[in-house]
Amino acid sequence: MKILISKANIVNHDGIKMGSDILIENGKIAAIGEHLTIEAGRKINAENLWVFPGLVDAHCHLRDPGYEYKEDIISGSKSAARGGFTSVACMPNTNPVVDNSAVVSYITEKAKSEAVVNVYPIGAITKGLKGEELSEMGSMKEAGIVAVSDDGRPVMNSSVMKKAMVYAQQFNLPVISHCEDLDLAEEGSMNEGAMSTKLGLRGIPSIAESVMVSRDILLAEYNNVPMHIAHVSNRYSVELIRQAKKRGVKVTCETCPHYFTLTDKACENYNTNAKMNPPLQTEDDVLAIKEGLRDGTIDIIATDHAPHHFDEKNVEFDCAPNGIVGFETAFPLAYTYLVEPGILSLTQLAEKLSTKPASILNLDKGIIACGKDADLTMVDLDTEFTINVSEFASKSKNSPFDGWKVKGKIIMTIVNGKIVFEASPK
Amino acid sequence: MKLRQKDVLGLEGVSSGEIELILDTAKEMKTILDSNKKRVNYLQGRTVVTLFYENSTRTRVSFELAAKYMGAHAVNVSVGSSSVQKGETLIDTGRTLDAMGADIVVIRHNRAGAPHLLAKNINASVINAGDGMHEHPTQALLDMFTMREHFGKLEGLKVAIVGDIYHSRVARSNIIGLTTMGAHVKVFAPSTLLPVGMEELGSVKVCNTMEEALEGCDVVMGLRIQLERQKKALFPSAYEYSRFFGLNNENVKDLGSDVLFMHPGPVNRGLEMTSNIIDSDQSVINLQVTNGVAVRMALLYLLTGREDI
Repeated sequence: MKILISKANIVNHDGIKMGSDILIENGKIAAIGEHLTIEAGRKINAENLWVFPGLVDAHCHLRDPGYEYKEDIISGSKSAARGGFTSVACMPNTNPVVDNSAVVSYITEKAKSEAVVNVYPIGAITKGLKGEELSEMGSMKEAGIVAVSDDGRPVMNSSVMKKAMVYAQQFNLPVISHCEDLDLAEEGSMNEGAMSTKLGLRGIPSIAESVMVSRDILLAEYNNVPMHIAHVSNRYSVELIRQAKKRGVKVTCETCPHYFTLTDKACENYNTNAKMNPPLQTEDDVLAIKEGLRDGTIDIIATDHAPHHFDEKNVEFDCAPNGIVGFETAFPLAYTYLVEPGILSLTQLAEKLSTKPASILNLDKGIIACGKDADLTMVDLDTEFTINVSEFASKSKNSPFDGWKVKGKIIMTIVNGKIVFEASPK
Repeated sequence: MKLRQKDVLGLEGVSSGEIELILDTAKEMKTILDSNKKRVNYLQGRTVVTLFYENSTRTRVSFELAAKYMGAHAVNVSVGSSSVQKGETLIDTGRTLDAMGADIVVIRHNRAGAPHLLAKNINASVINAGDGMHEHPTQALLDMFTMREHFGKLEGLKVAIVGDIYHSRVARSNIIGLTTMGAHVKVFAPSTLLPVGMEELGSVKVCNTMEEALEGCDVVMGLRIQLERQKKALFPSAYEYSRFFGLNNENVKDLGSDVLFMHPGPVNRGLEMTSNIIDSDQSVINLQVTNGVAVRMALLYLLTGREDI
């Protein structure tokens, strides 16, 4: 079926085209231009709406296989679609762990038949995420992984990490590092600071992340290989990455919406929906994250979508698992807290939520142009709305953003020329 | 005047007026303790459950006696013999106690915030008898009661708290309570046992030496080194701790004879405090225990009496 989107404002990483039409045919973008007069099975009037290249999430957890009560590939992909994401890369900390080609194939096969967005598995760096032996990266690459990561756990052994980086490079697989010095983190459950002291919770010093960021930068520099740092949360890390980039280290990094919207004050009253790893930091760190996004030190925004069941979060703070769902809040939070205050332009937002994550993962996505896959995200930037977790398509509702007033509502998500999400009219 | 809240989860957010009310009520209760009969009917027909996830002798017995002296049914649930061992969640355990008609659940738990979680999910009033490293409000109340009883007031008192501040819920509750009442608090600890951001808890002065902490103080409170909570070696040895951070004859010798020595107990004799201080005339450690029963009677009374007036 042909789809004709008319009078859309098209946002690419390199410019905006106002009031333009887009023709979609056979899953591809067939034409872009003003006043396209073509018969189409579906005509969409996109007047006053903005069309972004389909959002690409380089970091999420779909919990499938093993934890389907939290999320599965179907529900996770629907949640992604509702959040405007057309491609998502899912982390390997499932059960069993994605550390061999059989598990990779399970995910890609299930995704092919049931997911509504493009799902790209990420393989483990080490077998069983144990940080000891390298996983079968080559075989997993053949089966479809786009990167390797032990996300959720650091590779504590520096020698193992050094070998992992050079080995992954041989297969052109980006290494995504979860930076956390477990000795410094001890058994903390939130950021170390006045709030952890007040709540009587063990604190994780912010340098638990940054010490490892520093190590991984040095390993990447020494080996002259690329390195991607996951979920950067604090000022020290941003500064380390800024300096590394200046001297030419091939380091890229991501942050997540919660690190530019929330501080550790959100843990007040033992709110387990504010518990994540790395933990929420201070107001000063939020400023540093925003500055890092503005000046390009931080390359991309990822969701770290981490669904957990209500019962798992409704426990003592120490006992609650880390993480929050993120697909369905990422775009509006980024728009409201970064674009509206003038920290990022719309084109930079397209870059950080689509073009750059696609390029880091070596995906031919993230650009609206003739001949490209028709992965598109249409948004309304003007209407304020209230985030309501009960409307989420995700199986889990563990979000600290319930009730927040934001702008940047996803109106429609198109994947490979197919409409996979459409907001119900008011 | 009555307590506003259903629960006593901590001293944070409790006003000076409410603390006064509790301490005044405790003073009345102490006259009952001092009488031969030790029996009133203020809590007749009420049920108080002590739910302890951590070992405790004095706090649990103190609550149990406080409840019994006032005629309540008092039941103790200790973790070893309960369905917690079968994997029951805190909320489910609490709801079970609710369903059996508990009016007040007194909880001690090794996780900070556990009493808050319980309070949010059950109808009974919840009293925090110590949660992780967070708060131990009844201990601070009995400490303040003891100080007020001796000095006549709390405002302007200079209190030095010495020892393992990091792991201490007693220190946190005392800092909050004492500063609310207008006392001045100084703390001294090995720097490895001092949490960050202390100043934001209240107007606390963090001291770098024992002399600085003890100078001009009215009350010296030693804290127990919580050997069971030490994840890693946070100080080199017991010898070094007692030498540089313990209270002994040498470092208290210049203090006046009206200075009080306090300790929440149980004491590691010779480690954080030497025996001659513990057993001195200026030590009120045993009086603290007596006052603890009076303060807990007051709280049980004030919480169960909420709807009546």
